[in-house]
Amino acid sequence: MTTPTTPATPATPTTSAPRELAIAATGLRKAYGDKTVLDGIDLAVPAGTVFSLLGPNGAGKTTAVQILTTLIGADAGELRVGGHDLASAPDAVRAAIGVTGQFSAVDNLITGEENMLLMADLHHLGRREGRRVTAELLERFDLVEAARKPASTYSGGMRRRLDIAMTLVGEPRVIFLDEPTTGLDPRSRHTMWGIIRELVAGGVTVFLTTQYLDEADELADRIAVLHGGRIVAQGTAEELKRLVPGGHVRLRFTDPVAYESAAAALRDAVRDDGALSLQIPSNGSQRELRAVLDWLDAAEVEADELTVHTPDLDDVFFALTGSTTAADSTTSDSTTSGSNAGSTAPAARTAADSTADSKETVR
Amino acid sequence: MSSSLSLTVRDSSTMLRRNLLHARRYPSLTLQLLLTPVVLLLIFVYVFGDVMSTGLGGHADRSAYIAYVVPGILMMTVGGASLGTAVSVCTDMTEGIIARFRTMAISRGSVLFGHVAGGVLQVMISVVLVIGVALAIGFRTDATPLEWLAAAGLTALVGLALTWLAVGIGLSSPNAEGASNTGLPLMVLPLLGSAFVPVDSMPGWFRWFAEYQPFSPFIETLRGLLLGDAIGKNGWLALGWAVALTVLGWMWSTSLFNRDPSSR
Repeated sequence: MTTPTTPATPATPTTSAPRELAIAATGLRKAYGDKTVLDGIDLAVPAGTVFSLLGPNGAGKTTAVQILTTLIGADAGELRVGGHDLASAPDAVRAAIGVTGQFSAVDNLITGEENMLLMADLHHLGRREGRRVTAELLERFDLVEAARKPASTYSGGMRRRLDIAMTLVGEPRVIFLDEPTTGLDPRSRHTMWGIIRELVAGGVTVFLTTQYLDEADELADRIAVLHGGRIVAQGTAEELKRLVPGGHVRLRFTDPVAYESAAAALRDAVRDDGALSLQIPSNGSQRELRAVLDWLDAAEVEADELTVHTPDLDDVFFALTGSTTAADSTTSDSTTSGSNAGSTAPAARTAADSTADSKETVR
Repeated sequence: MSSSLSLTVRDSSTMLRRNLLHARRYPSLTLQLLLTPVVLLLIFVYVFGDVMSTGLGGHADRSAYIAYVVPGILMMTVGGASLGTAVSVCTDMTEGIIARFRTMAISRGSVLFGHVAGGVLQVMISVVLVIGVALAIGFRTDATPLEWLAAAGLTALVGLALTWLAVGIGLSSPNAEGASNTGLPLMVLPLLGSAFVPVDSMPGWFRWFAEYQPFSPFIETLRGLLLGDAIGKNGWLALGWAVALTVLGWMWSTSLFNRDPSSR
């Protein structure tokens, strides 16, 4: 699995010229009473990229989003979003961002169309412009049929689509999506992924939180793993995967005798006596697979099932969050080398900049 | 300054439209609160009317009692309608869309201004409907157009004051039931004032409270405007109370709304 790159943009890493940061946080701290939720985290999200904050429930993801979107205050930290300081210019930040929170931020008592027109009014679009944008977004998010129905009657996936459509009315340059697919069925989830990819193709910066590793893997240019209020690792999906020991081949047996003789033949295998299965470290290459099969043939045993397991983000996640020692030892090394980090490219950035400019001249 | 004012006006009117849409789609709460003063009016006039009228002294009859009780009922209507605002503000604050508003570059106060404007509008509509019922059962007034205008102004001002208080109650209550309980005095206080019987017929210790609580000057002033009774110092008292409660409710609500949600 590779990091997604938008079709229009070449995957050339931009090592020269420092990239403009859409989100920059240094030493972000937040505590509720004596419970520290964010314990000094640093974030740097280049404009036009997808950044994913990954962590289990209660890791502090939502708190981070709430702070970066001006909803709640931070206890400490230097924070800039969309080029503006959060503490001194919250309204400038608000003008640059769009937020789709974890809990749906639609007005359930009115219709989908009325929700959209409400957003158009609050962004001070003219009557005709408001209607045009509303019609366009309802069409794009497949909500035309439901447009005249109260939002309370929408399904989870529809409500989430309306939520994002409302977020897009103001053409934000930085979009925060807090667990956008939590609670959605698999199909709606894939629709949502498609929507997020489209957003990025349009040049905006996306800050995405998720507890699903495959989602971060699928969408994000860079991933930060949040655990216990700290960023325990940061990098591209590929970089993070390199942090954990390589993959393995798993052999499963139903016959205990075959299991024992295979275990005797394969000395470096890790035994799981309960499941009658063996794990042999392997990078999954043809050569190594053949070697395993040869050993099995030589020992004249036959496995009932053979699976090749390449390390995925699950492994990374469990390795990083399983124990505090693992977390500490891998904290900062991964963040520096940015082979894939610059995959969304100059073209996308220029688009983002020009929309920003035109927006400013209108105001 | 002027641009921030026009931003506030524009966003507040957007919020007002949203609240009116809610009220139009879900009128049950408004109607329910409207029912209480109407039912009380009918009970006091038709069931207790003959007895109550003797409390007015002299040769008062039922029609005299209608005239006496209507201004009190109208103030109760104002209180009831503002109670509705407390409940709807409280419910609204639990909606995710409020969090969205907070992350948008809109006038900060517009959410509350929209609720207050909508609330006052509901107060006025409710009062007009109750006046309609009162006229239908025989309420008669010789008020001049100027007195009617003054009565409408007073009602709007009291409505504004009570609505701001109601917004504060709604913001500080954990749920709709809580808001409705905390806001109950808005509807009950007129009962403990001069709404149904003159305060000088009440026992001494209670009379002190009944006379000095804000609803009594509100009711007495309205009574004076509609029935031609002497208003005296009640006019200034009513005005003073209304302005003071408006400022208090506004400051309280604004500080509650601007409070960092994470510092609760």
